Formats: sequence, structure tokens, C-alpha cells
Amino acid sequence: MKIVILGAGQVGSSVAESLVSERNDITVVDTDPVRLRNLQDRLDLRTVTGSASHPTVLVEAGIEDADMVIAVTQSDETNLVACKLAQQLFNVPTRIARIRATDFLAEERILGQECFAIDLAICPEQVLTDYIVKLIEFPEALQVLEFADGKVSLVAVRAFQGGPLVGHQLQDIRKHMPSVDVRIAAIFRGDASILPEGDTVVEAGDEVFCLAAAEHIRQVLREMRRMDKPVRRVMIAGGGNIGWRLAEALESNYVVKILEQNKRRCEILAGRLDSALVLQGDATDESLLEAENVDEMDIFIAVTNDDENNIMSCLLARRMGARRVVALINRRSYVDLLQAGQIDIAISPAQATIGTLLAHVRRGDVTQVHALRRGAAEALEAVVHGDAQSGPLVGRRIEDIELPKGAGIGAIVRGEEVIMAHHDTVVQAEDHVIVFVTNKKLVPKVEKLFQVGVGFV
Amino acid sequence: MVRVGSVLNVLGVLLMIFAFAMAVPFAVSFFYGDAALHAYDAAVLITFTAGLALWAGSRGRRRELKPRDGFLLVALTWTVVPAFATLPFLIYLQDLSFTDAYFEAVSGLTTSGATTLSGLDKLPPSINLWRSMLIWIGGMGVVVLAVAILPLLGAGGSQIMRAETPGPMKDTKLTPRITETAKGLWVVYVIFTAAAIVSLKMAGMTFFDAVVHAFSTMGLGGFSSHDQSFGYFNSPAIEAVTIFFMLVAGINFGTHFLAFRKLSFRPYRFDPETGAYLGVAILSCLGIAWFLLANNVYPSFWTALRYASFNVVSIATTTGFANTDFNQWPIFAPVWMLFLSCFATCSGSTGGGIKMVRAELMVRQALREMVRIVHPRALIPIKLAGQTVENNIVFAVLAFMLVYGGTMTTMTMLLAASGLDIVTAFTAVVASLNNMGPGLGQVGPTSNYAVLNDFQTWVCTASMLLGRLELFSILVVFTPAFWRK
Repeated sequence: MKIVILGAGQVGSSVAESLVSERNDITVVDTDPVRLRNLQDRLDLRTVTGSASHPTVLVEAGIEDADMVIAVTQSDETNLVACKLAQQLFNVPTRIARIRATDFLAEERILGQECFAIDLAICPEQVLTDYIVKLIEFPEALQVLEFADGKVSLVAVRAFQGGPLVGHQLQDIRKHMPSVDVRIAAIFRGDASILPEGDTVVEAGDEVFCLAAAEHIRQVLREMRRMDKPVRRVMIAGGGNIGWRLAEALESNYVVKILEQNKRRCEILAGRLDSALVLQGDATDESLLEAENVDEMDIFIAVTNDDENNIMSCLLARRMGARRVVALINRRSYVDLLQAGQIDIAISPAQATIGTLLAHVRRGDVTQVHALRRGAAEALEAVVHGDAQSGPLVGRRIEDIELPKGAGIGAIVRGEEVIMAHHDTVVQAEDHVIVFVTNKKLVPKVEKLFQVGVGFV
Repeated sequence: MVRVGSVLNVLGVLLMIFAFAMAVPFAVSFFYGDAALHAYDAAVLITFTAGLALWAGSRGRRRELKPRDGFLLVALTWTVVPAFATLPFLIYLQDLSFTDAYFEAVSGLTTSGATTLSGLDKLPPSINLWRSMLIWIGGMGVVVLAVAILPLLGAGGSQIMRAETPGPMKDTKLTPRITETAKGLWVVYVIFTAAAIVSLKMAGMTFFDAVVHAFSTMGLGGFSSHDQSFGYFNSPAIEAVTIFFMLVAGINFGTHFLAFRKLSFRPYRFDPETGAYLGVAILSCLGIAWFLLANNVYPSFWTALRYASFNVVSIATTTGFANTDFNQWPIFAPVWMLFLSCFATCSGSTGGGIKMVRAELMVRQALREMVRIVHPRALIPIKLAGQTVENNIVFAVLAFMLVYGGTMTTMTMLLAASGLDIVTAFTAVVASLNNMGPGLGQVGPTSNYAVLNDFQTWVCTASMLLGRLELFSILVVFTPAFWRK
């Protein structure tokens, strides 16, 4: 696929990075040549310097025969204009834009084909905020992901001594919770994945991925570990876009304190937020953390722009007694260093937000993609098309479907109904199938299954 | 430099318009054939001639008014116009001193309602109408002054809400031009007055009484055509109607204007003052009623509630009607009512005092200081209706409170020094400064301000003017910086 990415900021670069690895032709446009050079040194792509909304620059970037344009510059307006130009002048089939201001999303027509012509509006800050809010809602989980508009949830949880299922075979889960239909999609022990069978025994320290209807998450988590006290006090370090959205989303249900270094930004935050307490100061300032009772915090979330600051303030908060610490970390190498160590959850913004974008890049009718375990594994939701002749799926029982080893069908959403996959479940056309892939290399093989055969076209 | 010439020119025009207002009681006097007819032709003539002379004399120096000239105009209007408003009183009541007549006129135009006259029932109808018309005109002036003009000069309570407000308060700027805003406000004011007249008439007043009391009510003044005030009617229906319109007049007319234009109640919900104002008023009514019942002042809760709500609302909104002598109630009740009169009404209403918006800001400021002690690094904005209030506005309000307290103390001292007992002195100042009317002690609801000597009367007159013009807009005229080139 030929893809033009406008903007080489944090979002632009991480999008470029994930897409390059999926064998696409990428051109990145930005006004800052230094950023572009850095990107080009690291990744196999082409760069163009210039303003992303100027037609000449777009032509230079090869927009005329691009399959997709992804506009993720800092400015909503630039993104809007670029997408409109891409549609009107250059007939680019797929146009994706980062839109931050909710005003643009208020009415459907604004982004419609007649107006700015945007196929998908993404707001990475909002995706990330939702992601973190879920973690606060379910403090025991490592990750909570949604499929099929929230009907099905995938939760990652670390099994702890004391959970009823820990030390038992997986099939026992049905005896513990007869009313709950849950499917263990995968278990990771150390770095190796175990394909779960009925007689697999869950051990303490395992990272367990469970699929269940959204309302059953809490019960499923209870199987794996003792429940923590629900979160009440939250401290957020960093009052940027994410910190602000997070505080706004949390302030009505939790006691929220937010730390920000810049005084002017503090004033803006304090003006926008209602009950959250805005504190001016450095998140790594020990005396400030102490004065604000960091030891009483149920969760400490570091979301500044700076990886090192996030890590350091989290380590500090942890040592001073915060119950749970969460850090936003952009650099992949840092994430690998820290996960499961001193920091409870390290969130990689790129991994968390790339899913919706990836769904558009994939072949087949893929509606949702979630990266798992820092991109090593993946869960995707795809729609089954065709009929018994043309497709490899329709009319087959799940045990008969030839999935590559390491991939498994977790659940099926048929209309409003959620069906946990059993070996004898039969797939029908228009089903949304949720597939768990333990190794990313297998993804293209899985996608192929969802492509409708040539005869059908 | 202040352009005195052009200010006088405008003042001349205002006086000529005011002369036409005097033609109304003249017509009424003619219609009723009362004894005061001869008072008006002279009064109209003198006022009109004076206005014409002022206008003609300063015609050559007419220029566009600058904001600074506005302060002088406001101050002069509120001191010179009452002087001409005294004419009908002076001419008809031969033995009335100028001091008392000026007090009466200022009391009317500042919508205070404190009176030095007695035997109101025997006064010619046209004189009583003139008194309540002064209140009505004063109320009209105050509404426009507070909502449209003072904010322009950068003073007054409603400037707090002036800045472009986000969200639901978006159209607080009523219309782009002052004259349009003024017209809109007056239409609302007139509609409410007409509604009050009709309602009072239907509740059982005579048409004349309905007009007098509707004028008095909408201006939150409190002049009545009866010595006994509302005790004369002794009718719960009339009292209920009056309570409703007093409460209406205590709300910002800008908010009324928005509600009228949109035909919805939403503007009231999003107004930062209305809720607190109505809440304080209703809770106080219930609380005082319970208090009176507990002290066996009234035999049943409903009687207690009737008297409590009428008098509490009347005093809290700085109207000053009474249907009983609340001076006789246990002291907590009247003192609480006086306390309410200091802050209960909304900015941009016809009420007096420091206004609810300033009180709210002060409470939030006090709370903020306390939170700051616990969290020294916290940034805590003061918000009204979801909008951050700038610190310099908070400082301005603090300064206002200081001057308000200072004025109250100074005036009380002056009255006490001149020989009044402290309760009378203090409550007379509170009543005057808040443009409310009756105080306690010798100036209680059943007596009046005639007991004061000339000096004391002038102190009260000055307090009323200071209170009406929100202190700063009149005090600024006396600063040297104001006159410096």
C-alpha cells in the first residue's frame, strides 16, 4: 500500500514505524527537516519537507497515486484541509485525520464527503485517555480492550497466588462461575506463550488473556487474583493534553490531583477542570509529592512528554508508597526494561493508539486491531463475508477452520449476541470474529482467511 | 481631562426629559382634581427652563463623551435631578424643609424608600404617585446604569460577568450597542410593571394603589401611599403578589432580558446569582417563620410564614415594605433581615447592597485561601458559572468590600456622634447604604426618618447616593487624579 503520512510528531512517527514494519510504501511530510532526518535514519521510508496543506508539497510526496493519506499534524485545520485536497484534487481513496477539537466531531456533516471528506477521525489523546480510565476502573487488569463496540472485552491480568483459579486447570473455571461464559485466549509464561487447553494449569505470575462479555470482566478478574480496594485517589503527573483529558474524565468519580510544571498551563487547567486540584510543580520533586501525600494515592499516573521524567516520578512515587504506578513511555526499549518491574504498567502510546489505524490498513474487512504485549501479539476483530463456496470460514465449525498454530478464534459476535467460541460453533456470514494471534508474524495468514475468494468477486 | 461642558450639556437634556416625567403627576392631579395641582406647573416650568439653560449655555462645548466623563455625568445626574424632583414637595408642602424634601427625592430616585413624610393617606394622590414614580424612574436608571453603563466605565458589579463567557452563558453580552440594550431592558421593566399593576389590581387593590405599589415594587423602593404600608391592606393575596414581584425585581434584568428573548427559563438556571439569591431568600423565610413560631410570636406556622416571608423578602430585596412592626420581633429576626439586605439581591437588579455576585466571590476567595494553606502549590481559580474570574476582579471586589465597610463605619460614627442611639444609627446607615428604607429602633417600620435632625438626614442622604452608585463611581469624582489633565 502507498501511504502518505502528514506530520512527523510523536503520533506520525509511531504510525510510520508500525506501518513500515507491515511492508507499506511510506512517505512522511513535515515542516521540520531535523525530525524527518531522524525518522529517515531509523526507518525505511521517504520524507518531504514542507507544509502538509500545500498542494505542491502533497504532489511531491506522491499523493497522486497514494492509496491512503494519514494527516496527523499538530493542527486540526491543516489535517482537515489536507484531507479535503486529497479527496477533491488527488482522489485518494482513504483519508484519515487526527482531529482533537470535539467541535468538529459534533456534527457528522462536517467530516462527511461533501465537506472535509474524512473517512476516519482519530484522536490519540482520547484513545489513550480511555485506555487509562479503563485501567483505573479495573485496577487489577494490565490491559482492558474492547471489541464489537464494547460488547466483548479482552482483559489481560497477571495471576497471583490467592486467586481461586491459580494452581487449577482451566476447565475448573466453569465450576467456579457456571453462569459466566469466558474464554481464556492465551497464557504467557515468561516470554513464551502457551496455547490454553482444558487441562492447562494456571500458575502464579502468568499473564492471562481472557475474553468475556463486558459485564463479566470483574468476575473473571476475581478468578485470577485477590481484588484490590477500588481506586479512590488518583494523582496525575503532567497536565498536557492527556493529563487534562484524564483529569476531566476522572474528576467526577475520583479524588484527582494533577501536577504540572508550567504555571500558565496550570492556570488553563485550573480554569477547565472543576474539582480536580491543580498543583504547580515538578513531578519528580520529592518534597512536593510528600506534601501532597503521594503515599495515600491509590494510583499514580505519569503522563508528561518526557519518558525519563515519567519513569523517575513513578519510581519515586512507588518508593514513597503509592499503591500502583502507571507510566506513559514512548521508547520501546524502555517499555521492555520496565514492565513488571518497579512500574506496574508501562503504557506505550503508539501501541495503545495504533489499533484503529491498523484496522484500515489491513486486508480483509478488519474492524478492530489491538496490539498486545508491546506489539508482539495481536487481537483482531474481522467481519466474515462470502458464502460456503467462496470463503474458508462460512459454514465451518471452528475445529475445522485451518488457523495457523498460535492463532485462535476467541469469540463471535452475531448481531447483538456474543458467542464464546467452542470447538463445534459454526461460523456464519456477517459474523464478527475475534481472533487472538500470539505471534505477530502470523497476522497476514490470518487476514487471508477473511479475504473473500476471487470467484466471489 | 474631564469635559465639564459636554457633561453639563447632557445633563441639561436629561433635566428637560425629567420635566416631562413631572407632567404625569400633573395630569393625574388634574384628573383627580386634588389640591396639589398648582405645585406642578411651576415645577415643570422651573425644571425645563433650568435644563434648557444648561443645554443652551454649554452647547458650544458639546463633544463626544469619554468614559471618564461618564463618572461625572452619573454623579451629577444622581445629585442634581433629585434637587429638581423636590419641587412638587416643596411647593405643595410649605412647611417641608429642603433637607427633608431632598432626602425624600434621593430616597425615591435611589429606590430606597425611606421617608420623612407622615400622613401619607391624606396626601393628594398625585404627590403619592410622584413619590413612587421617582422610585420607578430611579429603578429604570439603575438597571441601565448597572447593566449597560457602569461595565463600560469598568466599574460596578456586573462587569464581573462582562468578559466573553464560554458555554451556556455565551450571550451575556445582550446586544452590541448600549442604546439597544437599554431599550431591551426597559421593555422588560415595563412589561413586569404592567403585569404587577394588573396582578395587584386583581388581588384587590384600587387601580391607583396598584399603580403606586407596582412602581414601588419593581424599583424595589418601598414607598407606599399608606402610613401602615401593607398593613393597611391586610390581604395575603396582595402580599403574595408583591412577594413574587419583589423577588422578580431582585434578579438581574439582563437575565430577564435573555429569558424573554429566548422564551425559556434556561438563562435563570445558568445565572450564577439567581439560584443563590432565591435559595437564600426562601431558606430565610422558612427559618424566620420557624423562629417566630418557636418564640410564640405567632400562634400558627402559616401565620408566622405569612409575616416572615413578606417582611424577609421585602427587607432582603431592599424594598422596605412592611405588613407588621417587625421591630417588635425577637432581635435575631430583624437583624438577620438587615444582614440579608446587604448582599441578597443580584447585580443588575433594582436592589441595593453589595450584590450576590460579590458575596459569592468573597466566599469563594475565603475558601480558596483556606485550601491554599493546606496545598501551598495548588492553583485554585475562582469560578462563576464555570468561568474563571480574573484575580484583578477579585482584588477590585475586595477593595469594594473594604470601602463598603469603611463607609458603613464612618457613617454610623457620624450618626452616633450626633446623638443617635447605636441601634438607630447603625440600622439607619445599613438601610440607607443598601437603599432599603426602614431600619430598627427610632427609624423602624412604624416610624420614619422625620425624627432625624438635618445633619443626620444629610448623612443618610449621602449614604443612599453612595450605596446606589456602588461607592466607587461616585467616590472617584472626588479623587485628584480624576481631575488631573
